[in-house]
Amino acid sequence: MNVDRRGHLNKYLPFSLVDGPGNRFVLFLQGCNFDCVVCHNPYTIDECNGCNICVDLCPDSALTLGTSTKPDVNHFACTDCDICIEVCPIDSTPLSSYVTVGDMLDKIRPTAPFLSGITVSGGEATLQPEFIRDLFAAIKNDPDLNHLTTLVDSNGSAAPAVWDMLAPVMDGAMIDLKALDADTHLRMTAQANGSVLASIRYLAGLDLLHEVRLLIAPGLNDSIETASKTADWLRTIDESLTLKIIGFRKNGTRPVASHIVEPDAEMLTGIANTYRAAGFSDVLII
Amino acid sequence: MNITELQAKAREIIADPTLSFHLRRHYLAYLAESVLPYPTISEACAQALDKQIICDLFEGNAPYRARYILPDYSKALAQGSEFLELEPPADLDDALNFLLIMYTQVPSITGFPVYLGDLDALLLPFIDGISADHLYRSLRRFWIALDRILPDAFVHTNIGPTDNLVARTILQLERELQQVVPNVTLKVDPDLTPDDLIEDAVETVFVNGKPHFVNHPLMTRDLGERYGVVSCYNSLKVGGGSHTLVRLNLKEVALQHQGDLGTFLTDTLPVYAELTAELIEARIRFLVEDAGFFDHDFLATEGLIDIENFSAMYGIYGLAECVNLLMDMQGRNGRYGHDTEANEMAYRITSTIADLVASRPMPYTQGNGGRCFLHSQSGIDTDIEVSAGTRIPIGDEPTMFEHINAVAPHHDLFAAGVSDIFHVEDTAKRNPQAMVDIIRGAFKSGMRDFTFNLATNGFIRITGYLVRKSDVETFQACGSRYGSATFGAGSVKNSHVEDRNVKRVGIRERRPTRASQ
Repeated sequence: MNVDRRGHLNKYLPFSLVDGPGNRFVLFLQGCNFDCVVCHNPYTIDECNGCNICVDLCPDSALTLGTSTKPDVNHFACTDCDICIEVCPIDSTPLSSYVTVGDMLDKIRPTAPFLSGITVSGGEATLQPEFIRDLFAAIKNDPDLNHLTTLVDSNGSAAPAVWDMLAPVMDGAMIDLKALDADTHLRMTAQANGSVLASIRYLAGLDLLHEVRLLIAPGLNDSIETASKTADWLRTIDESLTLKIIGFRKNGTRPVASHIVEPDAEMLTGIANTYRAAGFSDVLII
Repeated sequence: MNITELQAKAREIIADPTLSFHLRRHYLAYLAESVLPYPTISEACAQALDKQIICDLFEGNAPYRARYILPDYSKALAQGSEFLELEPPADLDDALNFLLIMYTQVPSITGFPVYLGDLDALLLPFIDGISADHLYRSLRRFWIALDRILPDAFVHTNIGPTDNLVARTILQLERELQQVVPNVTLKVDPDLTPDDLIEDAVETVFVNGKPHFVNHPLMTRDLGERYGVVSCYNSLKVGGGSHTLVRLNLKEVALQHQGDLGTFLTDTLPVYAELTAELIEARIRFLVEDAGFFDHDFLATEGLIDIENFSAMYGIYGLAECVNLLMDMQGRNGRYGHDTEANEMAYRITSTIADLVASRPMPYTQGNGGRCFLHSQSGIDTDIEVSAGTRIPIGDEPTMFEHINAVAPHHDLFAAGVSDIFHVEDTAKRNPQAMVDIIRGAFKSGMRDFTFNLATNGFIRITGYLVRKSDVETFQACGSRYGSATFGAGSVKNSHVEDRNVKRVGIRERRPTRASQ
């Protein structure tokens, strides 16, 4: 465990009601290996390349040419207007920062009495496995923090070796399954889904699969037949799995998602009922 | 006011289509009281009252009942009442009938009882051998009667801190009936109250904005085991209460000041703090010595209240504006709730007031060792551009974690209650455990009272009391069955209560009757 280990952080939230059970401190790590059409925080995908286009366009002059590859940020001047994110020619942000495990422990400590646990999300959290491991290990070894559960919210692309590295200090993983069908998955994420399916099976075997999240995007993966096939496959893993049916939301998405509509409650209920009929009792619509 | 003016005001009340019969009578009584001279106070005190630097919450010129009364209902149930001609009840239904009768005879500033007792503790001795179904049906009838007979949102009951069938049934009824009355507080003790009960209460808030949560160990430290939370956010001793509530407008005090924080604390603030105490003393003396309330009322003569358990509430409000004005005077930009320096200044102001109140002897306040109880007052519907108590201004609240950290240090000082309302996202509904976590954390950080509400349910929390959104919307046209909806309508209009984005609703307590306007 190394408290000086650095991670690339997009941002953190001291309180989150939507990233796992109970109130949780959430870290969103910068960088993702998927390029999901439905991504609602695309500025977490890429690393800043230092083009500095945003520097002159910041209305609060909060950005200056940096000494490293990305602009320096004056957080006192920044008003969170997000113009830098809008003008970014890639899917990134100048507002991310490099933090150490120790930095994050200092932020977590005062919030600990209010929390059920910590969730590391992203971006894709597992692209920085050593940072997660050292953060979780530090939490588990701290008498003031070891009541906190440690969860990872992931696209499931990580290799078994990554899960093995995290397993001793991680209480569970929440895995997104965008599509069971290989072609659909490729269309939705620009990546194959073999590693995702393997992660779901592998984590279940380690008893670390906290839940599987099924994002429903009309026109892409919303048919009852798709749900039925996915349920058949998930049943081969574990019928007691927790499933979250998450309706696609336009908020924050890129123009590439402009043709996708938000699913209505009826559609989500139909899909949830398909999973319930297949034997899953713990199905929640979000 | 001459006789012609008096007649005009009386006619106005009598013909007001938005007032029910009971409210017309209530306002007419207030009008009659207003023709009497005010209790004797100094010229300086009268001026401060006139300029609204000090506010008596329009309690009236001649106090003839204590503002908040917490009868010892357990004693009444054990001994019966000669005045009410009631024997001690023998079973659950007798007990509910007994209480309902007694509530109609408990005075308060509103005309309705502000405290119904800790109903789970009061009823538990009567449920041995009673089926859950019988309890449910009897309590349901009782709950509907409370709402219809006592139509005022300041009518308040407490449950907890232990888990029990009565408390659970009450929460169930709250979710099912979705009434404005009664207001409810759950006492939370980290060692006695299980997560499961808090979660049940959280689910109830999602449905109808109740209950409030209070830090039981902190309350018992300041008030003893026998305390109740009444009206909205007013914590007082059972068998006692508060003679009066007078509040000091800190924003106005800051506007009277010239100089730095040091002289504000040593010179300006003590002057107005003493004028507030003077007004409280004059009102208490009138109530006790001239009106003789404690010599006559059956609650006192039957030992259900004891003047030894009474004190008075010393309220403050407008702390946020006070701090921001003082920061401006010193050329500083920081705002209360957001800036460490501003928050530190706020703590110095409240702790100075606490010291001043603790060093000012007050007659007839043996319930708090001969001193007033400090109270962070949650506002009334005529407050404009001044924040309730120690609250962060509506619409200017930081994130919930920062918000709790900013306000929690004040809570230690306000034994008689302090309110901060958190308005949470609808997504909380899918994760009630998260609210349990936050409530437990808030109490570990020293918060005394914790109230939250969802943006989407059918109620607006005004100061700690609820009004139905539909009642506010229709009030102007047709009036409401609830007296408190009148106050609520004024609050929504004057304080941007509806603007409150995701964290709180607002604050007001008593509206001056039309007679005073």
